[in-house]
Amino acid sequence: MSDRTQDDFRDRILARKPLRLRGGGSKDFYGGIIVGDVLDTRAYRGIVSYEPTELVVTARCGTPLAELEAALAQRGQFLACEPPRFAPGTTVGGAVASGLSGSRRATAGSVRDFVLGVKVMDGEGRVLNFGGQVMKNVAGFDVSRLMVGSLGTLGLILEVSLKVLPLPQGDASLCFDMPQDKALAALNHWGGQPLPLVASCWTQDVLTLRLSGACAAVASACAKLGGERLDATVAGDFWTALRDQSLEFFAGETPLWRFSVPSVVPPLALPDLPQLIEWGGAQRWVRGELPAAAFALAAKVDGHATLFRGGDKANGVFAPLQAPLLEVHRRLKQSFDPYGVFNPGRLYPAF
Amino acid sequence: MRQHSAEAAQDFSSVDRTVLVAALVAELAKVLPAAGLLHVKEDLKPYECDGLSAYRELPLAVLLPETEAQVVAVMKICRAAGVPIVPRGAGTGLSAGALPHCDGVVLSLAKMKRILHIDPVARVAVVQPGVRNLSVSEAAAPFGLYYAPDPSSQIACTIGGNVAENSGGVHCLKYGLTVHNVLRVRAVTMAGDIVEFGNHALDAPGYDLLALAIGSEGLLAITTEVTVKLVPRPELAQVIMASFDDVTKAGEAVAAVIGAGIIPAGLEMMDKPAIAAVEPFVKAGYDLNAAAILLCESDGTAEEVAEEIARMKAVLEASGATGLRVSQSEAERLRFWAGRKAAFPAAGRVSADYYCMDGTIPRRRLGEMLTAITAMEKKYGLRCMNVFHAGDGNLHPLILYDANVPGELQRTEAFGAEILKLSVDLGGTITGEHGVGFEKINSMCDQFGADELRAFHAVKRAFDPEGLLNPEKAIPTLHRCAEFGRMHVHGGQIKFPDLERF
Repeated sequence: MSDRTQDDFRDRILARKPLRLRGGGSKDFYGGIIVGDVLDTRAYRGIVSYEPTELVVTARCGTPLAELEAALAQRGQFLACEPPRFAPGTTVGGAVASGLSGSRRATAGSVRDFVLGVKVMDGEGRVLNFGGQVMKNVAGFDVSRLMVGSLGTLGLILEVSLKVLPLPQGDASLCFDMPQDKALAALNHWGGQPLPLVASCWTQDVLTLRLSGACAAVASACAKLGGERLDATVAGDFWTALRDQSLEFFAGETPLWRFSVPSVVPPLALPDLPQLIEWGGAQRWVRGELPAAAFALAAKVDGHATLFRGGDKANGVFAPLQAPLLEVHRRLKQSFDPYGVFNPGRLYPAF
Repeated sequence: MRQHSAEAAQDFSSVDRTVLVAALVAELAKVLPAAGLLHVKEDLKPYECDGLSAYRELPLAVLLPETEAQVVAVMKICRAAGVPIVPRGAGTGLSAGALPHCDGVVLSLAKMKRILHIDPVARVAVVQPGVRNLSVSEAAAPFGLYYAPDPSSQIACTIGGNVAENSGGVHCLKYGLTVHNVLRVRAVTMAGDIVEFGNHALDAPGYDLLALAIGSEGLLAITTEVTVKLVPRPELAQVIMASFDDVTKAGEAVAAVIGAGIIPAGLEMMDKPAIAAVEPFVKAGYDLNAAAILLCESDGTAEEVAEEIARMKAVLEASGATGLRVSQSEAERLRFWAGRKAAFPAAGRVSADYYCMDGTIPRRRLGEMLTAITAMEKKYGLRCMNVFHAGDGNLHPLILYDANVPGELQRTEAFGAEILKLSVDLGGTITGEHGVGFEKINSMCDQFGADELRAFHAVKRAFDPEGLLNPEKAIPTLHRCAEFGRMHVHGGQIKFPDLERF
């Protein structure tokens, strides 16, 4: 079955016509305007191997993320990078190709940090294996991580091996009433202390923190930090809604901008627009029509902006690249996908 | 007569070479300070090898730029002249990655050794490539912060070298490798362009070139500045030393600790020969009767450590540990670690020479690997002691030999290659943290097929189209693999119909 699916994929790729790689379609809104026929990855699914004591799981691209996470939860483990599931059908392949990470990113790491190996089909239908299933592996260039966040423009991710972690024993969430500038200062101060602080969310003058780790450490941190402790169920629902962007903040058609900036950057000069801040200050969401100058605004503070959802994509979706780096991108694209088959235009207009 | 003309040709070529080298040195002298350009043979000698002294070569010259502008100028001159560049940090590498090229220059970043900026609030340090690993943590210490990756050579090795090798250390199961702890690398390409991979945010637009640059062994660009993440120093760390009467049991205990949902800050294993070599030297208090010992560390707040140590002890006891000791002071903790960290010098004390391997395997295959190594000791007539980053499956078998005994080095290399081949066969890799360099280039043919190798060469060309940066390292040519007589074949199927070309 799977071999036949691989052969089908290869036949489609060898036709050398633009393809739009798609899993659950939960991130269709993300990235540049794309053309081409849909190549649906969902037939290529299933967990290939899972060794809890090795902290590694390997799954095919079309595996629903929910299915993978359920299998891990059964053994008391999880994907600490918590890729967002904007819709129920989110697949493992889509999570890796988009490279988007959840609320623990600043401390636990990003999807890229948890990828140990990939199997990809390139633009000539060849199956390539990079990385592996072990934590430490420096043989050859780190092409596995290059694939993360490449939005399917370099190849069709067939299979991926991810590092998993044990579910933390203790978990608590605290709320504080705080304006944005105070919240940013507090987050950066706490970030430098040995606290089990794993996630944060500031919006509408309320800062919510998540503490997770050994029970004793969580308890002592709660005592030290103060604030109002959230009920466990309410807190669990809140972090899930944040991860999947189903909080009220994310509702509606107004364009959603993402600013990825150093955590210490003062509040962005966009005071009238609704904002939500995660990752200890390093990921800032803004709702509103912003001019293309948003890219420059982010670059000025040593970060970058993305028109994440909605809005006018004519000015570009992702921040422009430095000329020599753009050239490196072009050459990489050319070598992995010489006929321009994979998701043309999804990352940058040129590829 | 024929022989005569051949000699003449050789003479001519050597004259030609002298003229070319003189011209190159004259060009380089215009952009480098006098002390930053070595080209007399005696001065080149210290650069003929890195930490793996079995391979040696003299370069045409050694360049020691002091500024990024000098690096740019050097790159442009070498590119125009078609001269290969071999970058070098502290020269502590163990895979001959900094082995000079006989027709190239060595570019040492040792003089670019300033810590440019420490921001305790943003928890980052911006440093030049020649800054030593440990000095970053020392500079961050007053703020209660440190740089997590701690390769055993951390007192000497540099951040630039760590970036090139994606170095690990004894704490990387919990705190990650270099790739998890570096935010940004500023570098100069072979074309002389200054580029930045990553930034001071947590991600960057476009492809993740930062991930490609880290661990690229100096094949893609020359690092001139690095931003590293600093993390809060844990309040407390304690280590358990557990003895086992059987190596396999110790291996199973490792899996049991992880299976119990514990991620130790460090989890290391040493076998009996390693313990025997280290103990008289360091007096760490290791159990000389044990077949293996495990060092299992917990760090965090005092409450967290107490909770975790209790859980770890329970698991280790249930796994058949014959003795357990928990460090009762920081001095005792450091003493327990001192033995592990001194394993390489200890090998040097008990043997004229030693050769350190670096394969990684899935932890559950440890018993098979150790049994196979014991058989290989007999086969090659050489002793081997094993130290092991057990938490992440990274093995460091130290093969003991004497380079002065004819044939021993060759037997050692064959022994090492067989261990690496087995690492791949067990589902692992030929190098966990030391890099491929020149040393393991043939073993790359065991791990990768022709298609992957072609892809690696394409990545290399995307950054360095002329192939002048650290050539003939890290990625073997298909031709080399064909000559070596090995090419990894997936699933037992020959799928490289074009192989007959070689």
